[in-house]
Amino acid sequence: MLSFVAQRIVKGVIVLLAIIVLNFFLIRLAPGDPAVVMAGEAGASDQVFVKQLREKFGLDRPLPEQLFIYVKGILSFDLGFSFRQQAPVSKLILERLPATLLLTMTAFAISLVLGILFGTLAARWAGTWLDTAITAMALVFYATPLFWIALMAILLFSVTLDWLPSFGYETIGARHTGFARVLDIGAHLIMPAMTIGLFFMATYTRMTRASMLEVKRLDFVKTARAKGLSDRVIQRRHVLRNALLPVVTLAGLHTGTLVGGAVLTETVFAWPGIGRLMYEALIQRDYNLLLGVFVVCSAMVLIFNLVTDLVYRMVDPRIQYSA
Amino acid sequence: MLKKLALSVTLACLTAAASAQEPKTGGVINAVIQPEPPGLMLALIQNGPTQMVSGNIFEGLLRYGPKLEPLPGLAESWTISEDAKVYTFKLKPGVTWHDGKPFTSADVLFSIEMLKQTHARARGNLGQLEKVEAPDDLTVVFTLKQPFGPFIGIFEVGSLPMVPKHLYEGTDFKTNPNNNTPVGTGPFMFKEWQKGSFIRLVKNPNYHVKGKPYLDEIYWQIIPDAAARAVAYETGKVDVLPGGSVENFDVPRLSKLANTCVTGAGWEFFSPLAWLWLNNRAGPTSNKKIRQAIMYAIDRNFAKDVIWNGLGKVATGPSASTIKFYTDDVPKYPYDPAKAKALLKEAGYNGEKVRLMPLPYGETWQRWGEAVKQNLMDAGMNIETIATDVPGSNQRIGDWDYDISFTYLYQYGDPALGVGRNYVSSQIMKGQQFNNVEGYSNPEIDKLFAEGANATPDSKRKEIYEKAQKILVEDVPVAWMLELQFPTITRCKVKNLITTAIGVNDGFRDAWVDK
Repeated sequence: MLSFVAQRIVKGVIVLLAIIVLNFFLIRLAPGDPAVVMAGEAGASDQVFVKQLREKFGLDRPLPEQLFIYVKGILSFDLGFSFRQQAPVSKLILERLPATLLLTMTAFAISLVLGILFGTLAARWAGTWLDTAITAMALVFYATPLFWIALMAILLFSVTLDWLPSFGYETIGARHTGFARVLDIGAHLIMPAMTIGLFFMATYTRMTRASMLEVKRLDFVKTARAKGLSDRVIQRRHVLRNALLPVVTLAGLHTGTLVGGAVLTETVFAWPGIGRLMYEALIQRDYNLLLGVFVVCSAMVLIFNLVTDLVYRMVDPRIQYSA
Repeated sequence: MLKKLALSVTLACLTAAASAQEPKTGGVINAVIQPEPPGLMLALIQNGPTQMVSGNIFEGLLRYGPKLEPLPGLAESWTISEDAKVYTFKLKPGVTWHDGKPFTSADVLFSIEMLKQTHARARGNLGQLEKVEAPDDLTVVFTLKQPFGPFIGIFEVGSLPMVPKHLYEGTDFKTNPNNNTPVGTGPFMFKEWQKGSFIRLVKNPNYHVKGKPYLDEIYWQIIPDAAARAVAYETGKVDVLPGGSVENFDVPRLSKLANTCVTGAGWEFFSPLAWLWLNNRAGPTSNKKIRQAIMYAIDRNFAKDVIWNGLGKVATGPSASTIKFYTDDVPKYPYDPAKAKALLKEAGYNGEKVRLMPLPYGETWQRWGEAVKQNLMDAGMNIETIATDVPGSNQRIGDWDYDISFTYLYQYGDPALGVGRNYVSSQIMKGQQFNNVEGYSNPEIDKLFAEGANATPDSKRKEIYEKAQKILVEDVPVAWMLELQFPTITRCKVKNLITTAIGVNDGFRDAWVDK
């Protein structure tokens, strides 16, 4: 298994480098550059100013040279300097990463637990009113745009009912400590986490239901039933365990993308995470920051893919590792 | 409803002016800042949000009243020589930086030199400066190469912020660690910045104006979504929405909330004027008759009343009515689709495609783009909308790759600072967004703006600029739309927030909370 992990890591590094090179050029295909944006924001854009900025950022150098400098930096774990924020990219990302991880992991946990629960219930009572209700709910959350759910949640829970705070990570100026702070952050977390979680929950519900119904028809389930096992044991040990394989695959893919995928939610709820940082870097053409976020997100996807492969074996011992 | 809103804005302004209550000390103001500033070192970064927060930390030599009259700032008095070439400033004694070191004329000299390197607009404004000297610790003498009418108007905090020499001299300005914990002379000191969440400023206990500031703290809250900012105000989490914080269509709703005051004051220095760049170089818009047809085709009152909710004013020409030497004695272009059609026919327009680029600044601008497109199509023009983001739009404008493009620019109180740059031929330079982007070239206009900047006295300048406005409005190098108004929305308990021509950008030194 160790050699499997080692080989996957080597392959992962190669993929990461390829992603960096591709993104490096892709970002530069978009019109405008950081010097133009910053000159625009300054309300003055004489040629000296724009030229100064381009020289400062190294944008006046040939593209291959810029790429070489960037990759050289990456190899020594230096993600570069943010043009606009005037700070090292790694510092900016590390500042924001905890908030995003808290948000997305909470959302992920909610979606996975509820998704599998609802999916199992729907499959167990397929064709009944419960199945119809769960399927309809899943369809609604699957099809409704995130931002709309977010805005409606704010309208209901913040403006009308005044139960939950509408924005931010914690109450600014309250300076809570200890458990009071945990509760405060928790209150701020509910709406954004549910907003992201509901979509993924819907996906897992549908996937679990479909997969369980398919597994139910297989011969080994009949054998288990013939052996006289109780329905509960059959559902849990035989059907659910086998049906979870595609859900694990999907969840593994989602976990990686969740890191950078919370852009809309973080924006609507003013959650100080990495998704917002990425969006701001994009509209400001802050190349290094944007690339840095891409590198971190790609690394996350690769890491979680590896973890998914390892979890596979726990779920299904029949799977053998080969590089 | 619109009239009611406009009336309430006016009343709020009057109420604010008439407010003569005794200020109360203490309290906290939560204000919105958007987008998050990239940094707070005003001498290095001059974007809007940086100015808004840092106007509390840094100060300029002068401040400006609503009629753009100079007021004492770090300079307590000033004199101008008879030949209008020598400006002598007496600095206020006893002023200290936030770290306790005294503020002196050496700081002013250093700031001027630093800003020439780091502040593009200051570099332009100081172009006529021959030398600056400091005969003693509290005196600074500026000598100009020739008289420059707007010179007395370039000393507000955003245009010429004072920088502590003892912290910046001999350092690399861009990487100086003080950029992260800025030190100024202003009423508030930098305390904390949680990136993505808030910036916290606290009262400067040694501020040079006795008894001020009144507030203990200011929290600038960073909320990236316009609707979320409106909700933050609605739910009582913030007390101040500076102009432009929420979409314009939310203004009437928020204005009607209990305990809410609205004012349009505090934009007199900037005087934001919106227009359409019309590419004078090529395509249908290179034809003067077609440009005039565009002016007649667009219903600007509709834009003001419906899209901007009755706020602002229909522009009459290149100068906003709030800046010096404005005249409305110019040719008029009322909404007249029939006349537009006739002019298009006369110009031989035969349906060539014209690309229209709205400003990618949110919903209000998007809607305005749609309304103008509809107006122009009704007049018989073939319009294609180009969608871009901000960098894309900047790039296209800088490359002159457009036919019609929305913009709005600040005028900085004087035509020599904020108007001439858009019409004189020496300002036709690729790669820029604030100069003569349309490519209009008229030797007479070049001559008038050159004379206007250096003429004395003001009556002579007035004559020159009035003539220039008439010529420009006749030629329609760009299509002037509206003098924009970005109302500031506050809880009524927040008093005296806006006292000068740069509004919330001038810091909260006079503001207090009626508890």
